[in-house]
Amino acid sequence: MSSDIILEVDNLAVEFATFGGSVQAVRDVSFKLHKGTTLAIVGESGCGKSVTVQTLVGLIPMPPGRITAGSARLRGEELLGLSSDQLNRYRGKRIGMIFQDAMSALNPTMTIGDQIAETLLVHMGMSAAAARQEVIALLSQVQIPEPERRMRQYPFEFSGGMLQRAMIALSIACQPEVLIADEPTTALDVTIQAQILQLLESLQRSRGLSIILITHDLGVVARMAHEVAVMYAGQIVEQGSVDDIFYRSAHPYTLGLKAAMPGKTAQKAELHEIPGSPPDLFAPPAGCGFHARCPHVMQLCESKAPPLFGAAHQARCWLHHAQAPTHPLRQQLLATTGNGSC
Amino acid sequence: MLIEARKLRKYFSLGHGKQVHAVDDVSLGIAEHEVLGLVGESGSGKTTFGKTLIGLYDKTGGQVVYRDRELPQRYQAQDYKRQASEIQMIFQDPYSSLNPRMTIQEIIAEGLLIRDGGNLGSVRDKVVYWLERVGLHGDHLSRYPHEFSGGQRQRVGIARALIVEPKLLICDEPISALDVSVQAQVVKLLGELKQSLGLAMLFIAHDLSMVRYVSDRMAVMYLGSLVEVGPADAVYFSPQHPYTKMLISSNPEPDPVHERQRKDVIVSGEIPSPVNLQPGCRFAGRCPLVEPHCRLETPMLRTVAANHLAACHLL
Ligand SMILES: Nc1ncnc2c1ncn2[C@@H]1O[C@H](COP(=O)(O)OP(=O)(O)OP(=O)(O)O)[C@@H](O)[C@H]1O
Ligand SMILES: Nc1ncnc2c1ncn2[C@@H]1O[C@H](COP(=O)(O)OP(=O)(O)OP(=O)(O)O)[C@@H](O)[C@H]1O
Ligand code: SF4
Ligand code: SF4
Ligand SMILES: [Mg+2]
Ligand SMILES: [Mg+2]
Repeated sequence: MSSDIILEVDNLAVEFATFGGSVQAVRDVSFKLHKGTTLAIVGESGCGKSVTVQTLVGLIPMPPGRITAGSARLRGEELLGLSSDQLNRYRGKRIGMIFQDAMSALNPTMTIGDQIAETLLVHMGMSAAAARQEVIALLSQVQIPEPERRMRQYPFEFSGGMLQRAMIALSIACQPEVLIADEPTTALDVTIQAQILQLLESLQRSRGLSIILITHDLGVVARMAHEVAVMYAGQIVEQGSVDDIFYRSAHPYTLGLKAAMPGKTAQKAELHEIPGSPPDLFAPPAGCGFHARCPHVMQLCESKAPPLFGAAHQARCWLHHAQAPTHPLRQQLLATTGNGSC
Repeated sequence: MLIEARKLRKYFSLGHGKQVHAVDDVSLGIAEHEVLGLVGESGSGKTTFGKTLIGLYDKTGGQVVYRDRELPQRYQAQDYKRQASEIQMIFQDPYSSLNPRMTIQEIIAEGLLIRDGGNLGSVRDKVVYWLERVGLHGDHLSRYPHEFSGGQRQRVGIARALIVEPKLLICDEPISALDVSVQAQVVKLLGELKQSLGLAMLFIAHDLSMVRYVSDRMAVMYLGSLVEVGPADAVYFSPQHPYTKMLISSNPEPDPVHERQRKDVIVSGEIPSPVNLQPGCRFAGRCPLVEPHCRLETPMLRTVAANHLAACHLL
């Protein structure tokens, strides 16, 4: 099993120096990405999803950003602390990235074809003629019609859905092993979203691509993910298989997220938001980051931060401690891991 | 109607005689206290419709009537100022819509100060109140936009629009950058304001189940034109236009087993370019039910059920 781990992140911590003090944006984040699978990261806005993945590709501005701890290894090679030269060599080539806002990630003054060709020339050392052929092949692979004509157009001449596909073409041009997609379909209508998700799945099948997908849409998670990490206030609070997260949720925050979705029944049930707001990351609370909002909070939660309990399916919540009062949530973790110890 | 667009049209010129038909003769009104949901393909003209409606873009054609008064064809600076306390907009892009050199406090207070005068100190409590209403902290006041995540910036934009307590709010994808719990929080807040301030809204979004939840009526745009409009539940549960049907059936469900069993709906075809459009139904290139006739004649909106209109030759 461990041989197919392509990316391994351990105990990552990132802070930002600001006027008011340092913001602890990412605290002790660990996860593994297996070859040919999709890991979805979900969680409260501002909880550190983008910062986590941007750290992996060296896109955090430093300063004010600072990696205070942790390691991230791509097939065993350390990524953190690389020089910008070294970074450039694997960014785009071994790790591709799709941003939420395709328009601002592309160069508005260069044709789509030239932008893709440029990466091919730089990273793959192709000749201009070979790059041109490859651009056409890539654009047709992402189902952009008439690629010979389209490659000569500028970003503003593309619709939102086509731009997003052009960005996918750009991000897979150098055949990366890992693709990071930060809210790739948030700006698109669901019919175009469906096309893009199908495209990512087919790339995964044909190239064994491993994907980290950040999204707020739990429907997209259900559709795409093999594994899911739920983040809250800079930490992963629950992770497991997609079925663990949806059918055996073991953390009160995950349950809160699921309850907040509008139902599909004819009767409009009330929306259940999680009351309160997330803690200030200037001074994360001593105990569990969720305690001020948690319906199951116990005395211990306010003073002592819970560790991750469980093995394959993990939750950062004291309810899973062997000495905690028996609680239905505890069965959820036991159901998958068979052990409640930490 | 509180505000009504009559054959509203907005074309962008691309030079060389080329034009983008971003909004093409759209007639759509919003009643007092009503929430009108607007969904559609990206690039279909939703943002342009919202901005043209409230004068942020000059109209290419048509009229907008607000409280029985026709709004100016082209806005002058004082028109915006007069209108600002009644009509506000939450912008789609939380990155470029906040001035990077202003603190959060300055951004949120700006509208109030322009309207009522005064200084930052005098409105501080109000700014903190609205920051907290949208789920941010009072101590975020002196921070700058780049120090916030996408979703946090979006909430700053929401607080900025709400602080002047407008009558009409144009919400351009106010929730797509937020996680579901904060979405629920913002949607409930907007619902409360609808009650307490009598707020009417144009609610643009991609998440159909959320739009249905928030809206009284739902409108669907495709490539610059209105293809369906009706009571929100009617459009959601019995969509009439082939594009609306496709939209509703491609919405992924938060249920992994259900999604694994989903047969890949082959959504193929490309939205045609809105530049120099051909006659005929604009959905013909992707429509599973297309007939030769569809490519020749443009379908008109017609009544398909009570208060429910759709534009398709088959209806
Ligand atoms: N340059 C910066 N300076 C200071 N704080 C920052 C900076 N960039 C990010 N942060 C803070 O780090 C935290 C994590 O931000 P991040 O962008 O990772 O959130 P996110 O989970 O991606 O949220 P969203 O879903 O809204 O995109 C936030 O609280 C944000 O305010
Ligand atoms: N300033 C502009 N100049 C030229 N074309 C424009 C301009 N603004 C918008 N367009 C074009 O007008 C059409 C409608 O764009 P608009 O932004 O209104 O779509 P939208 O429905 O809001 O899409 P999305 O869901 O992606 O936000 C698109 O084809 C777009 O490319
Ligand atoms: S540790 Fe305590 S406060 Fe935190 S989620 Fe679990 S029960 Fe709730
Ligand atoms: S008019 Fe024709 S092409 Fe257009 S939606 Fe109806 S059936 Fe489809
Ligand atoms: Mg983000
Ligand atoms: Mg828009």
